[in-house]
Amino acid sequence: MNAITFTNVSKQFPKTNYKAVKSVSFEIEEGELVTILGSSGCGKTTLLKMVNRLYDPDEGDIVLFGENIRDVDPVVVRRRIGYVIQQSGLFPHMTIEDNISTVPKLLKWDRKKQQERCRNLMELVGLDYEKFHKRYPHELSGGQQQRVGLARALAVNPKIMLMDEPFGAIDAINRLNLQDELKKIHRETNQTILFVTHDINEAFKLGNRVMIMNEGKICRFDTPQNVIRQPGDAFTQSLVQSAMDQEKFWREYRD
Amino acid sequence: MNGKWMEVITEYFRTNKDLYLEMVSTHIKISLIALLIATVIGIGGALLVSGNERAQKILSAVFQTFRVVPSLAVLILLIPIMGTGIMPALFALTLLAVPPIFMNTISGLTSASPFTIETAVGMGMTKRGTFWKVKWPLARPMILAGVKTAAIEIVASATLAAKIGAGGLGEIIFTGLGLYRMDLILIGAVSVATLSLMTGLILDGADKLLVPWK
Repeated sequence: MNAITFTNVSKQFPKTNYKAVKSVSFEIEEGELVTILGSSGCGKTTLLKMVNRLYDPDEGDIVLFGENIRDVDPVVVRRRIGYVIQQSGLFPHMTIEDNISTVPKLLKWDRKKQQERCRNLMELVGLDYEKFHKRYPHELSGGQQQRVGLARALAVNPKIMLMDEPFGAIDAINRLNLQDELKKIHRETNQTILFVTHDINEAFKLGNRVMIMNEGKICRFDTPQNVIRQPGDAFTQSLVQSAMDQEKFWREYRD
Repeated sequence: MNGKWMEVITEYFRTNKDLYLEMVSTHIKISLIALLIATVIGIGGALLVSGNERAQKILSAVFQTFRVVPSLAVLILLIPIMGTGIMPALFALTLLAVPPIFMNTISGLTSASPFTIETAVGMGMTKRGTFWKVKWPLARPMILAGVKTAAIEIVASATLAAKIGAGGLGEIIFTGLGLYRMDLILIGAVSVATLSLMTGLILDGADKLLVPWK
């Protein structure tokens, strides 16, 4: 079954004279890790936020596991979907444990189950439970905070995870570690992940398919290999070219 | 000189201990009641208009205007309407204390970062849940700061309440002023200052208790 299906979805924000997302259609199978790549203002975040109904489309249908989300209470949709953003969005007044248990609490899990789940999740994202669970977000580094954000999104083992440039504000070394861990987690959980980024290396490294967006439309949606071999349209070509130029730059300096 | 002062002051406490304690307790009582009423009005008012920016602006302007009027002027102006005694004093002190609490509650409730709010909503908190679990607790430090400002202002201004017969530590000071008794003025002033300092310290303690994440 398809995890996510978009059919002719468009979105225009009030007081703008263009569509942020223009009649987009695509299908994503369960268990895929799809990266959405594009420059700022291309509509990638808008597209992502329509999946958990932070925005509602003006036209078209969004179907998750056979269910049109227009017919489901947004609050219910959101509790089924993991959500991570760049700024981590951790609650500064809650301990790490309370942050991670946000959705389990909303769903009224019993305390013991919450705590056990929190312990497992912290282990999964590489944070020592005893050391960190009572701390507050500001006592953690940016990378650690983002790990907590990831654990929090994974809390109720959602079938779909939405990630909006989650590693965008993290230094290069930590980012590579987090990318590897996300891949590992994805292998273990078989979740369907939509991952927005403007970093072409990240997009091609993580995605088993890459969706390239420009001006509200999807230019290419294919495996990294296919996109690199046959970029197709001009925008995708220039993207791939820029990544290759960068690599050339590194090589020149090394040799 | 020093010895003489000590003697006079000791003598005062020896003969007026009960009177002094009563004045302290009246002072604290008036201050506490005024603070309580002001807190209820300030926070309650802010909660009522939260989400309505126009009402917020209008109420802020009204409170700001009240705040400019000196407490002493309010006290005197109230005499023809409310007479003398504790009631007009409470009224004036409450009027003084509502603005800082109201304004701080308003700005506290808007202090949560938009990303924090976005994730709260994105994870499936209802509007109500977002308010009480995120916006409200994050507003607490600012609200508490407002209450602290208000409390200190009240304790200091409650001194003036003695002028219209409400009692409190102001009585010692006004008596001292009337009789040119420096010892009384000193005792009154130091007592009020000590009370103000203690108020600040107690509310700092409350801050640590209610805002453990800072």
